Amino acid sequence: MGNFWAIFKRELTVYFTSPMAYAVLVIFLLIAGYLFASSVSYYAVVSLEAMQNPDMAGLNVADAVLNPLFGNLSVVMLLMLPALTMRLLAEEKKSGTFELLFTYPVRDIEVVLGKYAAALAVFVVMLALTATYQILLVYLGKSAAGVAVSGYLGLFLAGAAFLALGLLVSALSENQIVAAVVTFGCLLLLYLLGWASNMIKSDLGSVLTHLSLMEHFRNFSHGVVDTVDLVYYACFIFFFIFLSLRTLESKRWRG
Amino acid sequence: MKDVSFAVADGETLGFLGPNGAGKTTTMRILTGFFPPTSGTVKIGGLDVFEESLAVRRMIGYLPENVPIYGDMPVNDYLDFVAEVKGLDRGARKKAVGEVVESCGLEPVEGRMIKRISKGFRQRVGLAQALVGDPKLLILDEPTIGLDPQQISEIRSLIRGFSGKKTIILSTHILPEVSMTCDRVAIIRDGRVIATGTPEELSAEMSGGSRLRLRTNGSAGAVKERLSKVAGVLGLESGSAQSGLMVKVERGDAVQARVAAAVVQSGWDLYELSPITASLEDVFLELVTRESGPSEEEEAE
Repeated sequence: MGNFWAIFKRELTVYFTSPMAYAVLVIFLLIAGYLFASSVSYYAVVSLEAMQNPDMAGLNVADAVLNPLFGNLSVVMLLMLPALTMRLLAEEKKSGTFELLFTYPVRDIEVVLGKYAAALAVFVVMLALTATYQILLVYLGKSAAGVAVSGYLGLFLAGAAFLALGLLVSALSENQIVAAVVTFGCLLLLYLLGWASNMIKSDLGSVLTHLSLMEHFRNFSHGVVDTVDLVYYACFIFFFIFLSLRTLESKRWRG
Repeated sequence: MKDVSFAVADGETLGFLGPNGAGKTTTMRILTGFFPPTSGTVKIGGLDVFEESLAVRRMIGYLPENVPIYGDMPVNDYLDFVAEVKGLDRGARKKAVGEVVESCGLEPVEGRMIKRISKGFRQRVGLAQALVGDPKLLILDEPTIGLDPQQISEIRSLIRGFSGKKTIILSTHILPEVSMTCDRVAIIRDGRVIATGTPEELSAEMSGGSRLRLRTNGSAGAVKERLSKVAGVLGLESGSAQSGLMVKVERGDAVQARVAAAVVQSGWDLYELSPITASLEDVFLELVTRESGPSEEEEAE
């Protein structure tokens, strides 16, 4: 596993010596901060109203702030994470460096996992920095710890799934832009698959709903950790990492 | 590629010579296990490249043609990374990187980003990454391509420095490079190895025996007549006054001695008697431009 660490360290260093990680981090935090601030101020206005209006007695931070925040953050991730994965393997192929990489005594799986873990690490840093919002909520005396924890678990799993798909697309493409666009397109499609159930009222509709990235995220943002969703994300990640590995191996086996 | 078959002994430097597009790079890639061969086997150190890829990859240092190294890393970090993936532990890594930095003369650029260093240094970093971890076999694909003459001679002397210590397979389309750096040559054309041997052997084989240049004060006609009677002389051509007479002879020093004796015994003065060997260039051009001849010859062998 020594080679895994070597690849991981190199990838992580490249993220932070190029503007890539900083660009993604800054823009993500900017948008996330804006979303948080606006939902908190909206909550402040609404809760003033709620004091006079008995119909709005059920109002709480989890529903009014966290749930929409997590939903919005997952969409921002959908937009930003393809930028983290697009170069992972596409760049190696374009610049020819993978010829050297694959003639070093490195297993393909070490390459795949090392690169994936590096992208995941950048993403975790991104996500961890938004945890300051929760600290603010605690400070304001309005924390909803349970929903926050499950929401972050959901964001982490969804992000890890996005990255796994991005890794595969990067393994298939030689062009980083193409990799980013295709990753984004696939993710959006999988995300919106849930809408199909509104139009297709048959078994197919429910199959599509179960395949949707959004449907499985919904529970987490409501504070519900369901094993169905955990298994879904675990399978999703495993499946795409496995395909990435096979894609790399096929380069060596094709005659 | 077809019928490519050759063996390299320990400590030997084999030059892979051929025009562009002859299959040199493909051969190198098959040797390193980057491309799978559709048929046939490659064994390095007794291990099959395809079946025991990891073990084989531990034994080789490879420098691909365009030196595809990571531009976004400083030189010493890059070499440290290479040492790490080659399985060296922390202490050994530092030592190994120090050694290759020294042997490839990389001290001036050690901390610089690879994308900012000159092409000559880049090539040396490429060579350095192949050398990290002290592999037994070096596979170098056109190691001097695109360098200026001074850089070329530096890289060549670096490579020559390893001869005897390491087994080296290097490909090139530059002829002097082969005669300067290699013990043995394999000439490849259209994906086939059409000749192998030491540079001298190839030259001799080509000229089908050797030729002697002879200058005397005897008249050309008389000299020709006398020499045609000497055993071992295959033919005579008269050249210009300066170049004298070309004597085609069987291989070996005995014939040369007999020719000298014949000239002297006939009472002529012997000004010059020297063997002419075909240069590698002649061999190469001959083999590569010959259309159908060589392949028939190969099959006959």
